[in-house]
Amino acid sequence: MDLNCTEDTKMESHDGNKTAPDAEGTTRRGFHAGAIYAIGALITAALGAPAAAYLMMGPKAPANDDWVDFGDVTKLPANQPIEMVGRRNRSDGWKVISEKVTAWVVKSPDGSVVAFGPRCTHLGCAHHWDDNQAKFVCPCHNSFFAKTGAVLSGPAPRPLDRYRVKVEGNKLLLGALRSNSEPSA
Amino acid sequence: MKRLLDTVTDWLEHRTGLPTVVRLFLYEEIPASSGWRQVFGSVAVFLFLVQAFTGVLLAFNYAPTPGDAYNSMRYILTELTGGRLIRGLHHWGASMMIVVVVLHMIQVFLYGAYKKPREATWMVGVVLLLLTLAYGLTGYLLPWDNRAYWGTVVTTQIAAQAPLVGPYLTRLLGGGGAVGVVTFARFFGMHVLLLPPATVLLLVLHIYLVRKHGVAPVPGDELLPKKRFYPQQVFKDTLAVFIAFAVLFTLAVVARVPLEKLADPSDTSYIPRPEWYFLFLFQTLKLFSGPLEVVGAVVLPGLAVTTLMLVPFIDRSQLVKVTRRTVAFASVALAALAWTGLTTVAVASTPREEATKIDYSGPTDWLQLSPEEMTGVAYFRQQGCASCHATGDGASKAGPDLTRISVRKDAGWMIDHFKHPDAMRPGSTMPPIQLDDDQMNSLAAFLLKLNPKNASALQNAPAFATAGALVYEAHRCGECHSVNGVGEDAGPVLNGLSSRRSRSWVMQHFADPNKLSPGTKMKPYKIPPKDVENLTAYLFALPEP
Repeated sequence: MDLNCTEDTKMESHDGNKTAPDAEGTTRRGFHAGAIYAIGALITAALGAPAAAYLMMGPKAPANDDWVDFGDVTKLPANQPIEMVGRRNRSDGWKVISEKVTAWVVKSPDGSVVAFGPRCTHLGCAHHWDDNQAKFVCPCHNSFFAKTGAVLSGPAPRPLDRYRVKVEGNKLLLGALRSNSEPSA
Repeated sequence: MKRLLDTVTDWLEHRTGLPTVVRLFLYEEIPASSGWRQVFGSVAVFLFLVQAFTGVLLAFNYAPTPGDAYNSMRYILTELTGGRLIRGLHHWGASMMIVVVVLHMIQVFLYGAYKKPREATWMVGVVLLLLTLAYGLTGYLLPWDNRAYWGTVVTTQIAAQAPLVGPYLTRLLGGGGAVGVVTFARFFGMHVLLLPPATVLLLVLHIYLVRKHGVAPVPGDELLPKKRFYPQQVFKDTLAVFIAFAVLFTLAVVARVPLEKLADPSDTSYIPRPEWYFLFLFQTLKLFSGPLEVVGAVVLPGLAVTTLMLVPFIDRSQLVKVTRRTVAFASVALAALAWTGLTTVAVASTPREEATKIDYSGPTDWLQLSPEEMTGVAYFRQQGCASCHATGDGASKAGPDLTRISVRKDAGWMIDHFKHPDAMRPGSTMPPIQLDDDQMNSLAAFLLKLNPKNASALQNAPAFATAGALVYEAHRCGECHSVNGVGEDAGPVLNGLSSRRSRSWVMQHFADPNKLSPGTKMKPYKIPPKDVENLTAYLFALPEP
C-alpha cells in the first residue's frame, strides 16, 4: 500500500501551515518511513528465524538407534517367514515410550537373517505372510511381495523395508528400519 | 511495480475500505506537544504481541499436565533449536511488560491524562494492568518445577484468606487446599484461553477510547498547529519498540532462566519466592500477623486497586500542567519509595541461593556417572587436562581429543601414560600427572567412559557434586553403599535418599549413625562440615533409583 505519497500530499494541501511540501520535510519523512520499515523488518527477522528453526529443525536427540532383542535366532525355522515381536524404547518428543515392534523374520538355510518391516510400502497397511500362496500379501490394494521382499505385483513402489540385523551369540538384534530404495523386481 | 501496488490498493479500497481505515489511523491528528513520553503505550502493545507469539510457540511443544509439563519444558530447553531463546523471550517479556505498563501508567498519571473525558480509558487501562499481573501469576506455575509449585502454593493460600469468599476462591483456583492437577488445569486455562481474548478485547477498547478522545493535550497545545501520528510519532514509537526489543533479546540470550527440580510437594527445605514484581506484596504480608494477616493479604491490595481505579474521580481538578502537579509527583514518589523499600527488604531477607542448586534446563548427564567417575571429573579439572585436550567439541588443541582416544585404550595403558607420558607415546610433551594410584584409577575410569555424547558432563557437573564425590571416595562409602548401580549392597542404595530422609538427618547421621538408626553397622565418620555439606548435596542430587 502506498500510504506515504498520495495521502500525504492530499493532506498537505489541506494543511494551512504548509502550502507546498518542502524538500527537507519530504526527506525527513522518507527517512522516518524507511526507519520504521527497517526496524519492523529487523524485528520480524529476529523473531521469525528462531521460530522457524524451533518449529522445523527437530529435536537434537539422536535418532532411535538402539538394538532390540528379538530372542533366540537358533530357534527360527529355515526359509519360513515368522512374525516376531520385540519391545523397544522409543523417544517421542519429551516422552520415552516402551512399545512393541513387529518384524517378519526370514532365516536363510545358510543362517543369515533378513527382517522385514510390518508395513506395506504402498500406503502403510500391515501385510502378512500367506503360506498357501507363499507370498507376503497386503490386503489393502493387493500388493504381493516375495520371500526376499521384492514386489511381485500390485501398486507397491518398492520392496519391503528391512531392519538392520545383528546376531550376537544366539541373540537376534534388530536395529533401525531402512527403506529399500532399489527398484522393484 | 508501483502501478501494480496501486491496483492492489485500489482493489482493497473498493472491496474492503481497509486502506482508508489504515490511513485514518495513521494520519490521526495529535497535539503538537506529543513526543517521546507517549511511546510507552505502543511498546506495551508490542510486548504483548511478542508474548502472544512466543507463547504460541511454547504451546506447540508443551504438554499442559503437571508431570509432562516439566518434561516438555526440559525438552524445549535442551532438545529444540532456539527453545531456550523462545522461553527466555517469554520469561523476560513478562517482566518487561510489567515495567512498561507501569511506566505508561505513571506517564498518564503525571500528565493528568486520565481527566475528563478520559476516565474510562484510564479504568480500562487499570484492568489491563491487572490482566498483565494475572498472566504473571498463572504463567508462573506452568513450568511445574519447585519454584513454580511452591510459589503457587503461597498464592492460593493468600486467596484463601479473602474474607467471606476465601473458600470459594480456593475452589475456583482448583485447590482443595493443595496445588494439583486441577489447579494446574485452571491456571493453564486462564493463561492461554481466558486472559488472551480478554486482553485483546480490552486493548481494542482502550485504543478505541484513546482515538475517540484523542491524545491528551497539555496546556498551550491549543495554540499550536496539530501534528500527524505518521510518520514522526510512529517513528519515535518504533524506535522505542526497537530499544525494548533489543533489551529483551539481550536478556533472553544472556540471562539464562533456569529450570529447577521437578515440583516436589514433599520437599521441606524449599523456600518459595514469588516473581520480583510480586515481592512487595509478599513483604507487605509479613507486616501483618495473626488475625490481621487478612489486611496485608486482601484488604490493602484491594484498597490499592480500588484507589487506582477511582483516580479520575478522586482528582477532579482541571489542572493538567505537569510541572504544577506536585501532589501527583509526590504520590508517585511515595509509591515508588514504598515499592522499592518493600522489595529491597524482601530481597535482603531471601536466603542466599544455595550453590547446590541444579539447573535442570541444561544437560544432566553427570547425574548418571558413578562416584568414582565423578572424582575422575574432579581430577580432570584439577589437572587442567582440558587445556591441551579437546573433549568432543571439535576444538583444535595440542593433545588428541579424549572422547575418541579412550575407546581404543585400556585402563592400564592410561595409568602408565599418566605416569610416563613420554614412554608410552614417544615425543609426547605432556607433563606426568601428579596423582596417587587410586586417583589415577578414578581418572582412567572416567576417561574410559568418556564419549562425545557424555562429554558435556565435564562442563556441567557442578563443583559441589565433584567435591561430594571426592569425599564419598575418600571415605570408601562404596564399600557398603551403591550409587547409580555401582558399589556394594551391605548398606542401603543411596539413590533416592532425598525422598527418604531430610537433609539435616543425613548430615547428622555421618557423625553418629547409631543414634539416628539404632543397630546400624555403619561406623561414625568425622568429616569436616564443608565436606559433609558437599557430600549431602551430591547424594541428594542423585537421580531416583
